[in-house]
Amino acid sequence: MTMSRQGVQPTEVIDRAAKLRFRWNGKRFSGFEGDTIASALAAAGEHIFSRSMKYHRPRGILTADYWDPNLMVQVGDDPNVRAGHRLLESGMDVRSQNAWPSLNRDIKAANSLLGRFLTAGFYYKTFMRPQWLWPTYERVLATFAPGGKIDLDTPHAYHDKRYTHPDVVVAGAGPAGISAALAASSAGASVLLVSHEHAVGGHLRYSSDAADQAALTELRAALDASDVEVLTDSTVTGRYEDNWLGIVQRNHPIAVERLIKARAKTLVAAPGLIERPYVFEGNDRPGVITPGAARRLINLWGVKPGERAVVFSANADGDAAVADLERVGTEIAAVIDGRTGGSVSSTAGSSRAVEAVMVNGTNGAERIDADLLVVAAGWTAPTSLLNMAGDRPIYDPTAARFFPSDPPSNVLATGGLAGDADLDGLRQHGAATGRLAAARAAAVRHRLQSRTARALPVDGDEPAWAPDERAPLGRDPHPELYRADTHGMVDMSEDISSKDLVAAAHEGYDSVELAKRYTTATMGPSQGKLETVNTVAAIAEARGETISEVGTTVWRPPYAPLTLGALAGRMFEPVRVSSIQPWHEANNVSVIQAGQWLRPDHYGDPAAEVRNVRDNVGLIDVTPLGKLDLRGPDVPKLLSLLYVNKWMKLGVGRVRYGMMCAEDGVVLDDGVTGRLGEDHYMMSTTSSGAGGVWEWVENWLQTERPDWQVHVTPVTTAYASINVAGPKSRELMSRVCEDADLDAEAFPYMTVRQATVAGVEDCFMWRIGFTGELSFELHVPAGHGLHVWEALMDAGSDLGVGPFGLEGQRIMRLEKGHFIVGQDTDGLTLGPSTGLWSLIKLDKDDFAGKPELAWAADRSLPMVVAIQPDDPDVVPEEAAQIVRGNTNEILGRITSSRYSPTLNRSICLGQVEPDLAAGGTKLTVLLESGERIGATVIDHHAHFDPAGERLRG
Amino acid sequence: MLLVPCPNCGPRNSTDLRYGGESHARPDPNTASPAEWRAYLYLRDNPAGWLRENWYCASGCRRWFSVERNTATNEFRDPPLPGDKRGGAA
Ligand SMILES: [Zn+2]
Repeated sequence: MTMSRQGVQPTEVIDRAAKLRFRWNGKRFSGFEGDTIASALAAAGEHIFSRSMKYHRPRGILTADYWDPNLMVQVGDDPNVRAGHRLLESGMDVRSQNAWPSLNRDIKAANSLLGRFLTAGFYYKTFMRPQWLWPTYERVLATFAPGGKIDLDTPHAYHDKRYTHPDVVVAGAGPAGISAALAASSAGASVLLVSHEHAVGGHLRYSSDAADQAALTELRAALDASDVEVLTDSTVTGRYEDNWLGIVQRNHPIAVERLIKARAKTLVAAPGLIERPYVFEGNDRPGVITPGAARRLINLWGVKPGERAVVFSANADGDAAVADLERVGTEIAAVIDGRTGGSVSSTAGSSRAVEAVMVNGTNGAERIDADLLVVAAGWTAPTSLLNMAGDRPIYDPTAARFFPSDPPSNVLATGGLAGDADLDGLRQHGAATGRLAAARAAAVRHRLQSRTARALPVDGDEPAWAPDERAPLGRDPHPELYRADTHGMVDMSEDISSKDLVAAAHEGYDSVELAKRYTTATMGPSQGKLETVNTVAAIAEARGETISEVGTTVWRPPYAPLTLGALAGRMFEPVRVSSIQPWHEANNVSVIQAGQWLRPDHYGDPAAEVRNVRDNVGLIDVTPLGKLDLRGPDVPKLLSLLYVNKWMKLGVGRVRYGMMCAEDGVVLDDGVTGRLGEDHYMMSTTSSGAGGVWEWVENWLQTERPDWQVHVTPVTTAYASINVAGPKSRELMSRVCEDADLDAEAFPYMTVRQATVAGVEDCFMWRIGFTGELSFELHVPAGHGLHVWEALMDAGSDLGVGPFGLEGQRIMRLEKGHFIVGQDTDGLTLGPSTGLWSLIKLDKDDFAGKPELAWAADRSLPMVVAIQPDDPDVVPEEAAQIVRGNTNEILGRITSSRYSPTLNRSICLGQVEPDLAAGGTKLTVLLESGERIGATVIDHHAHFDPAGERLRG
Repeated sequence: MLLVPCPNCGPRNSTDLRYGGESHARPDPNTASPAEWRAYLYLRDNPAGWLRENWYCASGCRRWFSVERNTATNEFRDPPLPGDKRGGAA
């Protein structure tokens, strides 16, 4: 086959004055502005673009559009670029993919050798056993795997996101889709028209028919004059509940891609029809193309597809291709009419090009020399968006394609998906669909607005749901042409032949969904758009049934493959930092991400930070600590209901530790709550539990105890929180605190005071801490956090004050044996397993989880215990298993593990079986390396200062 | 993505809310048998059809509310009510 650029075509989209130079497998080529990569290469006479996945057969142009499975190329560091769709750019470095050992060299021996293995289900049959060969299998599979090369050094590219709420989204911009968009817009709807192609117009773009071109001009002018927002080179990739749509926009001016999340009130599906290849021997030989490919090459890019053609035509598109080919001088060797029983049974030639076609036409069976075979065998209706809306399209054998069945009434189909008509008929149906979509969108809009309590006033009653009074499109008869009297490729992306599918059916994989997974047919880059119906037909034939009886696979999102970049894109997750963050950043902080927060982990040397707290005084920014302001006469009852311990008699100014359990008795959260005033409390939660506890509190107040008088206000970010810890903390606090008596008698452990700190009024000061040292926890109005922090640093310079981070705090709390909910407890840890049995007051009338905790009293439970490895220099990994002796019987696990700079040894918390919880019990810990070490349970949770003398100070 | 009808905020993306699921009336914690309590904790009607379920308008008004949804069609039935523990097949 010889393709070549011809003279100017009236419909062409290339600018012959704008020459673009690029490289193809290292060699210099040129094309024109408006060319796709494939059209530029075809114009230059290239006809092999890739090698097939399993057999490495040369592959040429098939459809010359987005769906063409043979035109996957690498452009620079961008793999899997669709050369049939991607527009040529100057300087592109285009390379073939999957071309082993090279695009132009056949490895016949390898082909035949591999062929033995590459039968249906070859993944499952060939690569299963023996297991020791897996590394080899992996290398083999990597060779087969289609796809380009990922460059790990690719610079970060900007992928954008957008949210939009149009009344109507029209997916597909052929004559029906454009007409629908225009009509909906005229009816007052806001409309987003999405076209897969680089320009609107659908099949009119590559029609040389004068009436088609006049209509295209008219439709484009109308669009330009309308309020319709048009997105080209964009794909509606998925339809989800309530018309939530994913749209990928590839031609964004700034971003590489933009993922648009659209909430459409109505969706119009107008994707047109996709040409379906025909299955026969040699149907994948370069030179076998669809009529659309021929017409696109000729009319869009002025490329003559071949010198001498056989056209197998079963429809008007095939006939139109004949006319276009003749116009550019391709000799038509024969037209075989599929409507009157003609058929094509095979091609002959080299592996690289068609040389002859075996046909059965009006002259009977004959061999016709040709370098081009155009096959117009029918269409596939890409019903994907309807499938995603829950529709189960129905096969119509007289039209040889699927049609919508009963999609939800906010999803409307038009164009080829809905039926057949001449151009005027398609435009009328599209317009009627657009008007219906707009009317229903108005009703949806009214309903959404009127159901919003604080919405703007909505005029009038909700419009009635507009009835569907569209005159239905007809259905042109079309012969059922799926496979000739020979076998051929069904899935060119995956190298699956009709023989493979028949074999799969005979092996028992005779449901389409099974056969698809077994053979991987339809699972390649075309995502079944070209292959699905032929696959169904092959299975139907093997089963001796009709396509209707066999049914089809369900098309799921995405409509077309997506890049990971488009999905990952720009994140809208906020990052939280405290108001003290500028100081941290100026002081060598290493931050750690904790939920949405960025927190200081350490400032270079966490062990030194620990020693400084133990010896002098340190500051830690604990702003993310959850804080709920509780007010009202019923707060004590609420606290009693949510915590396992008692709260009715907490005095003003007092602070108490509490543990919360869920209704199943599992530890939910813990923290301290202080009584600030008569009816005013402040509850603190774990940092990670802040959001969940707030919801938990609201749930109880709103659904179980709505009569209680409690106001809950989350004030986590209203205050900056600083813990001042260490033996010199009282001295430091006394230098910045003007109006509070900090004496141990006046302000004892587990109390709270309101104070002015460093000139900042309305600070709360708690005598609590997680480190085991004398501590003051300050809650400062957030805007003053940095000021107070800096004031403390200045005031304490002679005391050796320094910052400490989360890691230092983790070490110190572990030295003290304080468990962390979610780290040392898990989703099965009942309250008593923490060792805090005495906290749980079963004599209270009611509290969350009470029955389970009462029943747990009769059971022996796994326990959280403090553990010390016998070798003080070995720090077991967190999650290392505690096992029985030399067996793999699991008896528990290490939940926290650090080296203690205070004790100069490794220290741990862990969970163990009940009979291992007593102090002195010897344990065996299985390290990740496989080594087993000895360890001992100690008598109490605290490795350090078990009597708690330091913190009471 | 489902649009969930918050009685205060109107229809909102389901990611704006926390699904509270089908819930059952809380038994008296002092008299409930283990079987009754665990039915409250774990057993759900899970109908293919109308279900009364709870939602928490986490990114909006912060109210729990209860509404009937058809689990087969995702249709909501008006009107949403204040949150409660009387969920289940409706
Ligand atoms: Zn709300």
